[in-house]
Amino acid sequence: MTTHLLSIKDLTKENALNILDTAEELARITETPVKKLPTLRGRTIVNLFFEDSTRTRISFEAAAKRLSADVINFSAKGSSLSKGESLKDTALTLQAMGADGVVIRHPASGAAQRLADQKWMTGSVINAGDGTHEHPTQALLDAFTIRQHLKQSQGDLSGLRVAIVGDVLHSRVARSNVHLLEKLGAKVTLVAPPTLLPVAVESWKVAVRYDFDEELNEYDVVMMLRVQRERMDEAFFPSEREYSRRFGLNGERLSKLSKDCLVMHPGPMNRGLEISADSADSSKSVIVDQVRNGVAVRMATLYLLLGGN
Amino acid sequence: MAVVLDSSEINRALKRIAHEIIERNKGTSNLVLMGIPTRGAALSTRLAKVLSDLEGQPVEHGTLDTTMYRDDLRGSAPRTLAKTEIPAGGVHEKEVVLVDDVLFSGRTIRAALDALAEHGRPKSVQLAVLIDRGHRELPIRADFVGKNVPTNRSERVSVKLVEIDGADEVQIEGRP
Repeated sequence: MTTHLLSIKDLTKENALNILDTAEELARITETPVKKLPTLRGRTIVNLFFEDSTRTRISFEAAAKRLSADVINFSAKGSSLSKGESLKDTALTLQAMGADGVVIRHPASGAAQRLADQKWMTGSVINAGDGTHEHPTQALLDAFTIRQHLKQSQGDLSGLRVAIVGDVLHSRVARSNVHLLEKLGAKVTLVAPPTLLPVAVESWKVAVRYDFDEELNEYDVVMMLRVQRERMDEAFFPSEREYSRRFGLNGERLSKLSKDCLVMHPGPMNRGLEISADSADSSKSVIVDQVRNGVAVRMATLYLLLGGN
Repeated sequence: MAVVLDSSEINRALKRIAHEIIERNKGTSNLVLMGIPTRGAALSTRLAKVLSDLEGQPVEHGTLDTTMYRDDLRGSAPRTLAKTEIPAGGVHEKEVVLVDDVLFSGRTIRAALDALAEHGRPKSVQLAVLIDRGHRELPIRADFVGKNVPTNRSERVSVKLVEIDGADEVQIEGRP
């Protein structure tokens, strides 16, 4: 493994499988009465969040604490960051405080990379979402969840067909998932209106569909993406109703999915927009498993990055 | 390379250890064997079989991964985790015998004691090893030893077992 986890692109297939296998063992251990391991005792992990987050921050915090690390939460609101402090000065502060690992979420793509490259600090950098670029631990926990349900937690994801549906353009989750699923041997289909697909999408090794109903019954996994209204400053689709009718997972489409198809969503959900309440709560939905698995996957990441030298 | 134990000697050592375990614990009814991966786990499975053949009743056994409890994680590449499997009856109030292939610094066993404590409070913890090569760095000793092998620190004791390596043999490498 490398020192940092900045993007899925940096990982080899072996690295990715090693994280998943390690997470598998850690999930088994934390199911027993053992909730806490002494592995990272005395290490300090800083959660540096320049953007709002519930799931990811809490998940990283829980993961770090279960490995006995000390956790410092640092969010933009209520800190000097809101007074306009630069990333560099923040990094120098963290270095002075002796942070062994920094989990960073930032609205600008490449922020994690910059923090890692500039040598402002010596600790490991873990990207917890940078702009519309990548969110590697989300892709890893998604792959973990798919493997758990469809591959008995063994090996890669070869032969599986995964549809990623919705706002691909603004989604770092989609970007990381496309790269990871491809590495692990799954076949990815992006389903979205042309306005919500990135410019160079034809260079990705994916199929593209503009019609959700086409091949609907052939997918093993349907991954719904959140419509990111906060990143939309122009009209990408005529109306929410039309978007929902054409690209939303509603009860009718749910009934057409294959028997063992998984319904996933990285959260937070816009219920009624990209996913209907009955789809989100159906027996096919593994959305709660995704959140649960997030802790094990992040423990594995922290252990593999900080457990050694 | 010097062969320390061959296949039949390994089997004989395990049989003797089995008899000693039965004698010490007055039977196997409250016994749990916990093997330390990878080769200690294979040895504990074998030992459990020998014990159940001798006593005519199955012996509980499992595996205990010590990686996350080690004190020497820093300074080396992260180790891959192995499986921890606690037997259905647990370890609480049991006579637990830790099983490993080689006893050297004692640091693995210290980590194993910490790992074990997370799963309950055993009535007692004993240690069985195939090879004791000396050079302890902690106040830890084995209760049951297959063979004491005085070694030099620079030498390497290599344990091969059929389950993992396709053959049974213990060798010392790096001896002039």
